[in-house]
Amino acid sequence: MNNQVKIKVEKVNFFYGRKQALKNITMDIYENQVTAIIGPSGCGKSTLIRLFNRMNDLIPRTHVEGKILLDGQNIYENGVDVVDIRRRVGMVFQKPNPFPKNIFDNLSYGLKINGIRNKNIIKDKVVESLKKAALWNEVKDRLQDSALELSGGQQQRLCIARCLTVEPEVILFDEPCASLDPISTKKIEELMEDLKKDYTIVIVTHNMQQAARVSQRTAFLYLGELIEYAPTDELFTVPKNKITEDYLTGKFG
Amino acid sequence: MNKKVTQNIGFGTLFLCIAIALFFLGTIIYFIFVRGFRVISWEFLTEVPKEAMTAGGVGPAIVGTLYLVIGAIVFSLPLGIACAIYLTEYSPKSFAVNIIRMSINNLAGVPSIVFGLFGFGIFVKFFGFGVSALSGCLTLGILVLPQIISASQEALLAVPQSYREASLAVGATHWQTIKSIVLPAASPGILTGVILSIGRVAGETAPILFTAATFYTRGFPKSIFSEVMALPYHIYALMTEGTHPEEQTQIAYGCALILLVLVLGISAVAIIIRQRQRATYE
Repeated sequence: MNNQVKIKVEKVNFFYGRKQALKNITMDIYENQVTAIIGPSGCGKSTLIRLFNRMNDLIPRTHVEGKILLDGQNIYENGVDVVDIRRRVGMVFQKPNPFPKNIFDNLSYGLKINGIRNKNIIKDKVVESLKKAALWNEVKDRLQDSALELSGGQQQRLCIARCLTVEPEVILFDEPCASLDPISTKKIEELMEDLKKDYTIVIVTHNMQQAARVSQRTAFLYLGELIEYAPTDELFTVPKNKITEDYLTGKFG
Repeated sequence: MNKKVTQNIGFGTLFLCIAIALFFLGTIIYFIFVRGFRVISWEFLTEVPKEAMTAGGVGPAIVGTLYLVIGAIVFSLPLGIACAIYLTEYSPKSFAVNIIRMSINNLAGVPSIVFGLFGFGIFVKFFGFGVSALSGCLTLGILVLPQIISASQEALLAVPQSYREASLAVGATHWQTIKSIVLPAASPGILTGVILSIGRVAGETAPILFTAATFYTRGFPKSIFSEVMALPYHIYALMTEGTHPEEQTQIAYGCALILLVLVLGISAVAIIIRQRQRATYE
């Protein structure tokens, strides 16, 4: 296993107004691995993952304490280029959210806004991303069709492809299969397996089996606290903490 | 009472209400059409008024109204959209911004004659544009500004937050997100505001009374600094001034019919554009 730390979370607290959603979280996320964050609804797992690309900045009256280091650089430091952070740390959301544009434009968007004008480069990159996201064969003849005509599973893979176009280093998946059927879910999971060769992946899921299937490391969050964080096979077979064990065995959740 | 009977009475009442509304709408259109149609001819649409308004046509009034509508929209649309973008996308959600929002909504309720006086004071006198198409366009533009801002704000707020997040997540700036994702998605809603504004601008008389309109011009307006004839004001003048009420009333109905068709026509174009946008973005 690769033991290079990609993201280092140091004593992070997060507040919605006065309500504390994350309490003193410290964890390391390793390069070229899939790290899963699990826990019951409202435990703060989405809040945590959205801190990695500063998506929570959009929510008014929130604030962060502590540090999150991406390749050693604190992304919450003053003067950090948030736009660049978000380019380097891509995100796939819970509900597929393609733009109301055609399939090609959905993918060329990220390239254009990052200053790429050359049509051939854009075209190559779009095709490459679609292939990587295992969507190319299904859409190659209909790139001009609206992305909204695709099925839910296809839309989610389109969103993954969109994320790949801008060559991120980390990809965050925020419950990417929550609204998908089992077959689409399987495709996304297989895709993650492929993608981890080139990217660092963090996935939030409330589906424990999914975490067990796709991840190398799993973090268990409960009421805003990081209860346990360990290699996935250890956490699922010999959890050290009583709460983790109760959650995994279905005593609550 | 039986709950099904109650339901039938409920639906019956609702149906009656829509029937009454449609009846009046139909009557107005029928009335204007029948009375106005008699005087409509090619000359009526293209000629200037003759023989003290009792003959000839209302060509300059049609052109004047078109000028005023187009000018007012050209002025108020970019300004209104810009204000709406600032208020929804950039401004902090503070007390001051709430006051601004409230003021804009209140502005929509100010009587149009007040806008007329304001336009006279500012554009006609202070800026020295005189009684002109320009002064009229600006006054009408300010009149519909609150309407355009509100419609645009609602359209922008209706754009799903997930679109914004998706755009920011690939490294777009806030401005790129607004320009390429939010505005196109909001454009059908914004156009709805424009359609309503067109009707308002074309039909208003009070704001142009002292700023743009005149009872009679010898020909068509020559520049934006010319006084213009306008259909609503022409109707008003025909019904209140002059010495041949019989003939003038007929011409007034003709003008009303043209005004109606003009507003419906411009709105139809806007609706077609909106449908095209919707087809792309929904």
